[in-house]
Amino acid sequence: MSPSITLATGIRVLRQIRHDPRTIALLLLVPALLLTLMKYVFEGQPHVFQQIGAPLCGLFPFIVMFLVTSITMLRERTTGTLERLMTLPMSKLDLLLGYAIAFGILATAQAVVICLTGFGLLGLNAPHGALLVGALAVLNALLGMALGLLVSAFARTEFQAVQFMPAFIFPQLLLCGLFVSRDEMAPALDAISWVMPFTWAYDALERAVSPGTLDGRIALDAAVVVAITIASLALGALTLRRRTP
Amino acid sequence: MAETPAIRVSNLRVMRGENLVLPDLSVEVASGRVTGLLGPSGCGKTTLMRSIVGVQIVAGGTVEVLGEPAGSPALRRRVGYVTQAPSVYGDLTVGENLAYFSRVVGVDSARARETAALVGLEKMEGRIVGSLSGGQRARVSLASALLNEPDLLVLDEPTVGLDPLLRADLWQTFHSLADAGASLLVSSHVMDEARECDDLLLIREGRLLRQTTPGELQVETGEQDLGRAFLQIIRDAPSQAGQGAGS
Ligand SMILES: Nc1ncnc2c1ncn2[C@@H]1O[C@H](COP(=O)(O)OP(=O)(O)O)[C@@H](O)[C@H]1O
Ligand SMILES: [Mg+2]
Repeated sequence: MSPSITLATGIRVLRQIRHDPRTIALLLLVPALLLTLMKYVFEGQPHVFQQIGAPLCGLFPFIVMFLVTSITMLRERTTGTLERLMTLPMSKLDLLLGYAIAFGILATAQAVVICLTGFGLLGLNAPHGALLVGALAVLNALLGMALGLLVSAFARTEFQAVQFMPAFIFPQLLLCGLFVSRDEMAPALDAISWVMPFTWAYDALERAVSPGTLDGRIALDAAVVVAITIASLALGALTLRRRTP
Repeated sequence: MAETPAIRVSNLRVMRGENLVLPDLSVEVASGRVTGLLGPSGCGKTTLMRSIVGVQIVAGGTVEVLGEPAGSPALRRRVGYVTQAPSVYGDLTVGENLAYFSRVVGVDSARARETAALVGLEKMEGRIVGSLSGGQRARVSLASALLNEPDLLVLDEPTVGLDPLLRADLWQTFHSLADAGASLLVSSHVMDEARECDDLLLIREGRLLRQTTPGELQVETGEQDLGRAFLQIIRDAPSQAGQGAGS
């Protein structure tokens, strides 16, 4: 592993995104716009907007980073640049951490925009501070990035990669407790939800935006999110093969 | 000739999917020379090159490059590989691509500019690679592999699709690299390019038909035109596929 190559990779990924203003707009503005839309959809039920909108500020970055990373990595695989990098003095960790640096910076920018919009402009409440939600959003974005890197190994085309979104994200969104509290679901679903990354991400966010004192549980949630991120990166590293058929 | 060869392939066997692409290939490539790897499309040139740079899963045999097993970490600084399809970042500029690969192989920006000039890209550093012509993109890919002056260059059809003038320039560049001590393995399915090479490997259906030189090939076949000479060799050689399927 070489810090200079890791950093160069992070800069390279950021430069790729900089050349694509539409992706930047997608990353920064779309979540804020959707949140704004949601405020007016729930105009008659402000408590529902608080209940769903506030945690969503921390979940959007997960979804967007998952999508952007899986496609960026898939391109790296299909255009032959990954094969070239694997013939060069670059370790897999350089590549993965380079991605993590680039998308970590982007995720922070995204979290700032969505938290300012939600907790500043749209009047959502963060009893324990918007900063806590923002920090969780960045952790979730890195989780999304790690899972995106991993699933990119299972897609052949960008079209397939986009399909992973409904296949992989929607069930988690439904089961995580955001729309229906998990103890009201069929017991089997509640059991399944325990092994889904989203559930832990949502649980932390829900605690962060609810009144009352915070206990150690939110730290446990965050620790689980970080652990899943590291495990996915490790699995992702296994899918980066120097030798292929 | 006590000098160790740049590449030593022994009994190499490679399956790709269901296809036995290289059944049992043995060959040595001399160092300090431009060796052409010629054969029709689909004969296994890319597969052999991938085995040499160590990115191909092989089913048997050994490949030794510059005295080390193919794909060993020490070789990653000494071998340059240019894939058949340009493998550079289409959404970055020429300069940004070269800057990134420079950092990866550990050379400075002066060297990156020098390399851009070497392949005739000196005025295009600000252009987005995706907006370049196919030939220009191929040169960005080539330049990225030349940055750290590797001891062995493995170039997969680097001149295909380039105009004749540029092609002549590139062959000249390859020979000056060889004169400076590098070894080059250059593939092509255009048989006329044989005349540009010092040594020739003629391949068909994953088998080595001849290891020869342009001069020897002309003498052997009595053909001045190397394209026709190669066709004659191919026609005269028994087809393995035909033998297997027939009788
Ligand atoms: N990924 C792959 N899976 C299965 N077969 C492949 C794959 N890549 C190449 N082949 C087959 O292997 C043979 C040799 O391919 P290749 O080495 O690319 O030939 P060349 O470079 O000489 O045109 C061809 O018949 C091709 O169809
Ligand atoms: Mg080929």
